[in-house]
Amino acid sequence: MNPTTTLATARRVLTQLRHDPRTVAMLLVVPTLLMTLLRFVFNDERVFTRTAPALLGVFPFMIMFLVASVTTLRERTTATLERLMTMPMGRLDLILGYAIAFGALAVAQVGIATAVCAWWLGMAVTGSVWTLLVIAVLDALLGMALGLFVSAFASSEFQAIQFMPLFVLPQFLLCGLLQPRDQMGWPLRWLSDVMPLSYAVDALSRVTAGTGFTGAIRTDLLVVAGCVLLALALGAGTLRRQTA
Amino acid sequence: MTNSAVTATALRVARGGREVLRDVGFAIPRGSVTGLLGPSGCGKTTLLRAVVGVQAITGGAVEVLGRPAGHTALRHKIGYATQNPAVYADLTVAECLRYFAAVLGAGDVDQVLRDVDLLDHADHLVGTLSGGQRGRASLAVALLGSPELLVLDEPTVGLDPVLREDLWTLFHRLAATGTTLIVSSHVMDEAARCDRLLFLRDGRVLADDTPAGLRAETGEQDLEQAFLHLVRSAA
Ligand SMILES: Nc1ncnc2c1ncn2[C@@H]1O[C@H](COP(=O)(O)OP(=O)(O)O)[C@@H](O)[C@H]1O
Ligand SMILES: [Mg+2]
Repeated sequence: MNPTTTLATARRVLTQLRHDPRTVAMLLVVPTLLMTLLRFVFNDERVFTRTAPALLGVFPFMIMFLVASVTTLRERTTATLERLMTMPMGRLDLILGYAIAFGALAVAQVGIATAVCAWWLGMAVTGSVWTLLVIAVLDALLGMALGLFVSAFASSEFQAIQFMPLFVLPQFLLCGLLQPRDQMGWPLRWLSDVMPLSYAVDALSRVTAGTGFTGAIRTDLLVVAGCVLLALALGAGTLRRQTA
Repeated sequence: MTNSAVTATALRVARGGREVLRDVGFAIPRGSVTGLLGPSGCGKTTLLRAVVGVQAITGGAVEVLGRPAGHTALRHKIGYATQNPAVYADLTVAECLRYFAAVLGAGDVDQVLRDVDLLDHADHLVGTLSGGQRGRASLAVALLGSPELLVLDEPTVGLDPVLREDLWTLFHRLAATGTTLIVSSHVMDEAARCDRLLFLRDGRVLADDTPAGLRAETGEQDLEQAFLHLVRSAA
C-alpha cells in the first residue's frame, strides 16, 4: 500500500470529474430532486417520513453504482490501465484511490439530500441525523464498490449499465422497503438476508424510529462496511497485471 | 548476454486460441535503437507487451535488464508508449502528465513535454488534441523519469515529417546517453533510421541484424526490398 499513488489517483479522478461539470451537477442534485418528487407524490409528511430515510440510502447506492462501473470500465478498456500496470502502482492503491474520490462525492451527494429532506421536506428523524448520514454514505460507498467490482465483467459501457437492473434492482425489491422482510416467504427472506442493501435499510429504519446508536445499528453498519471492503478487495483482484 | 537489455528465447504467445508469436528469439543491445518492423497484425504489439510484462505467454522466456519480464523491480525502469495513446481524454495534458509523474515519483513533466514539442499545449484537454498530438502526449508519459528501456509502439504514426525527424533525433540522443529503445513501425521507411532491425512476419523473426548487415546479406540497398527478399527466400 502506497498513500502517494492512492492520493494521486483520488486527485486524478476528481480532476477528471471537475472537467465534466454536468455529471457532477447531476450527481449532486438528482437524489435531492427525486426525494422532493417523492415528498409531493405522498403529499403527507408522516408517510414521507416512513419511506424517505430508506430511499436516502437507496438512491445514492444506485447512482454511485452506475457512475463507478462506467468510470472504471473506461479505465479498463482504454490503454491507461495497461500502462498503469507497468508502473509502480499497486492494484489496491488504484481501487482505493477511486474509493476515496467517489467517497468524497458521496458525502456531498448524501449531505445535500439529507439536509433538504430534514429541513425543507419535513422528514422527522427520531434518532440522530448524523447516524443517518453515516449510513447513507456507507450505502453510496457500497454502490460504488459493487460498481467497481462488476465493471470487471462488462466489456462495454452498454453492458455495464445493464448490470444495474441485475445487481441493484433485486436488492431494492428485497431490502424491506416495499414489503417488510419478516413477512417474506423463506426463499425471498433468505435472499434478502444475503444482500447488503437490506442491512443498510434496516439500519436506516432503526435510526428513524429508534433513539440512540444501538447495538443493532452497529451490527448493521459493520455488515455493510464489511461488504464495502469485500467488494473493493474483489475489485482489486479483478485487475490483472498480465492479460492474454 | 549481460550486454543485452532484452533477450527473448523460444517465446510463444497464443491469443484468442491462435498462435501469435512462434518460437521468437532475439537479443537487443543496450544503448541502441532497435526497429521492430513488420506488416500490421504480424505480432509487434504482442511482442512489446511481452517485453513490458503485461502479456501472458505460453512458452519460452523474456529477460529485461537482467530480470524476468514483468518483475516488480522493472516498474521504475521501463517507459512504454502503447499503440493506442494511454492518456486520459478528460484531463489536460499537464494534469495527465503530473498524475503519471506522481505514480512514478518523477519530476520532469516540463522537460518531457518540451521533448515531444507539446509544451504550448500543456493546458489543452487531451480529448481536444489531434491523434498525432495524443500519441505524443502518450510518448511524453513514457519518457517520464528517464527510464533505462523505452518501448514505443508505433510512436511516429500520423506525424508530419518535421516532427518525425525531431523524434528520431530525440531517440538517438537518448540512445547516446545509454537508453535502450525498441521502436515498432509497420512502414519500412523508418527502418534506415535504426541501429538494429528486427523483422517480424506472421509471428516469426525474419531477421535480426543491422541495416548494413541486411543489405550485405540480401544484396538489396533498399530495406523494403531486403524484407521482400527475405520473405521470398523463407517461403
Ligand atoms: N486481445 C486479443 N485477443 C485475441 N487476439 C488478438 C488480440 N490482440 C491481437 N490479437 C491478434 O494477434 C495478432 C497480432 O496482433 P498484434 O500484436 O496487435 O499485431 P501488430 O501490432 O503487429 O499489428 C493479430 O492476428 C491479432 O488479430
Ligand atoms: Mg500493433
